[in-house]
Amino acid sequence: MKFLKKIRVVLSLLFFIPILVFFLDFTGKLPTQMHQFLSIQWVPALLSLNFGVIGVLFLLSLLFGRIYCSSICPLGILQDIIAWKASFFRKKKKKFRFDYKKPQNILRYSILAGTILVFIVGSSVLVLLFDPYSIFGRIASQLFRPIIIWGNNGLAALLNGFGNYSLYKIEQLAFVPLAFILAVVFFLIIAQLSVKYGRLYCNTICPVGSSLGLLSKVSLFHISIDESTCNSCAACEKQCKSQCIDSAAKKVDDSRCVTCFNCLSACKKNGVKYGFRYKKQTSESQESPTDKSRRTFLLASGAVLTTVAFANVKSVVGKKDSMQSRKPIMPPGAGGINHFNKHCTGCQLCVTKCPMQVLKPSVLEYGFSGITQPHLAFSTHIFCSYDCNICSTVCPTGALKLLPIEEKKLTQIGVAKFRKDMCVVYTRETDCGACSEHCPTQAVHMIPYKNGLTIPEVTEDLCIGCGGCESICPVRPYTAIYVEGVTTQIKARKPEEAKKFNKKIDDFGF
Amino acid sequence: MKRRDFFKSAAAVGLASVFRTNALGSTLNSTAFGNNMAVQSGPDLVAVMGGEPAAMLTRALKELGGIGHFVKKGYKVVIKPNIGWDRKPELAANTNPELVGTLVRLCKSAGASEVVVFDHTCHDWKKSYTNSGIEKAVTDAGGKMVPGNDETYYTEIELPRGVNLKKTKIHKSIVECDVWFNVPVLKHHGGAKNSIAMKNLMGIVWERGFFHGHDLHQCIADIATYHKAPALNIVDAYRIMKSNGPQGKSESDVATLKSLIISPDFVAADTASMKLFSQVQPTEIKDVRYIALAEKLKVGTQNIESLNVKRIKM
Repeated sequence: MKFLKKIRVVLSLLFFIPILVFFLDFTGKLPTQMHQFLSIQWVPALLSLNFGVIGVLFLLSLLFGRIYCSSICPLGILQDIIAWKASFFRKKKKKFRFDYKKPQNILRYSILAGTILVFIVGSSVLVLLFDPYSIFGRIASQLFRPIIIWGNNGLAALLNGFGNYSLYKIEQLAFVPLAFILAVVFFLIIAQLSVKYGRLYCNTICPVGSSLGLLSKVSLFHISIDESTCNSCAACEKQCKSQCIDSAAKKVDDSRCVTCFNCLSACKKNGVKYGFRYKKQTSESQESPTDKSRRTFLLASGAVLTTVAFANVKSVVGKKDSMQSRKPIMPPGAGGINHFNKHCTGCQLCVTKCPMQVLKPSVLEYGFSGITQPHLAFSTHIFCSYDCNICSTVCPTGALKLLPIEEKKLTQIGVAKFRKDMCVVYTRETDCGACSEHCPTQAVHMIPYKNGLTIPEVTEDLCIGCGGCESICPVRPYTAIYVEGVTTQIKARKPEEAKKFNKKIDDFGF
Repeated sequence: MKRRDFFKSAAAVGLASVFRTNALGSTLNSTAFGNNMAVQSGPDLVAVMGGEPAAMLTRALKELGGIGHFVKKGYKVVIKPNIGWDRKPELAANTNPELVGTLVRLCKSAGASEVVVFDHTCHDWKKSYTNSGIEKAVTDAGGKMVPGNDETYYTEIELPRGVNLKKTKIHKSIVECDVWFNVPVLKHHGGAKNSIAMKNLMGIVWERGFFHGHDLHQCIADIATYHKAPALNIVDAYRIMKSNGPQGKSESDVATLKSLIISPDFVAADTASMKLFSQVQPTEIKDVRYIALAEKLKVGTQNIESLNVKRIKM
């Protein structure tokens, strides 16, 4: 049975490495199809109603227990790696480090029920905060990625100095302090928990873990202790990172077992078995969570309304320029703001894949509940590329619906607002036209002004809100043309084509 | 012409192109060499029509004495095409890749130690380099694409003759090279009216926002006074963008003229290109204000008639 652990480790790495590399890749060279690895995560699958994946994951859990937690969930595997790494720094004797702990049923089921209820009532704030995949996404993109890019930039500076341009400097525009702090805090907490208490996060906080625990209680296969061979040496218990093996009572708490199979490898007597649950039932299953679930339910629902109310508070501070108080600009494919806010878990995948780095994690643009959900932030040369739909193709949660490129080119994510009294053509009476130059649809075009000068004009129904105009406007810090977000992304009018030129030119003209 | 005389003039053209390219025409036409030399010394502007980009370039350079006049053995060469936009070659938003590739190949064959190509793009630089077809054409020809997306690649230079733009940061490769070629594409332009040789210089500059805020036309004329001028301005008019420039919306904005205009003189190159352009899209040259402003700064001449122009139909 010891081979099971090996299989688990290999399987975990097969899932973990591609996901990690996909998040870290800053060259854009990895195929975007790799996002398929992410659609097999529980929360993204549930949010995007990907019934195929939901079915498979459900079946897996019913058959084998919490396989998801030990081999598919990137945060789970990250915790294992941290704990494993940390064990190198530990004294030999202490390698056997865990003890059986009682389950924190009230806590874990309150969080689970609370998350579901808050979501149903209308906010995904708890999903966003607790979904393990999204936490991993934020840690990978906001903590690991910047470190990797800094390393790259140092190396690139060195190589460029020798005339070697195989590496090049990457600007870190999507680096947002709040998102970074959030990632660091979660990372430190989870790292600390995993070193000291194994999978405590997965078994007390993670709503995915708690719900899978309900399934693994009745899974076809499970870990059990053979009472005839077991001598209660506790070797398995000391190796159990879920702290769910009570070696004295010779019982395993299936709801917390993540089927890592460490115990199988630890037992010298072959007393720990992974086998059918239903062949000969000897004792009734352990204490039922339903005993306490009523109280839990009441406690949780009490918190629900407060959370929802709190989550929907948007920052309402008096701001000087209308640019500062503009509506946030959602990525193309978001559809409506309600759909987007409810389905996005802030995993940052689109942010890391955006070749223009115009997508950034939000702070309070969407209110507290939308913290770290992506929005477009324009700056010099940074705008939404006309021929790009990558964000909508990689989104695993369905917060961004896939937009074919031709459709994306007509999707209005915002509308340009021109402020003539700030424009250099008006204030300095000089030619500029940078905004129109960058406008892919010519919604921003130049019309005659005076003294042979031309001044911009916006045809709103042609505008798709890409921000090319805002990004290049020389007026700073508040630009003379800026994009106002929309609450519902509608289809813009298709730009008319120019008249074709078919005459033959035979003369140079000079 | 005697063989020895030919070599003399060749050397002179070569030197002049390196050190005083703007003044190439005048040097040759007036004092330095006798009158008979001036007639023989090659044209100030070459215009070719009716061929493929590679053939037209080779033909035009032959008129100018061959690539060897400009590129000596061991030279570090820079080519600055327009690669500003994430657009395919058919849309004429960027310089023709075949033209750029051919120029790289010619420079290499003349013994250039390295041929570097870059642009400070408007769209994402990696996508622009790739989708313009230029990256492939350049690397296939043995050239090297270098990035222009970061301020660390730029270094400050003075423009003592500049009116609004007195100093700016330009790409180090230009500062450090032995010779460089400006290879723009002929385009309509929403802001500057037209984008040709001088407008293409905005791609060697880091801080372009200043241009837009301080009279775009004057700043374009100012940057053209940079003392290390390109050996040649090679204006790609194989496909031109007649409307909705500088990005274009579709192939309807493109007219195929199968032409090429080459001159060491910025103003002459832009003037001649405008005359060609006006046959497709009538435009007043005076509205492209930077041309007159540059002439005022003695960057070159709008008076095409005064120049030795070679027109070639293929």
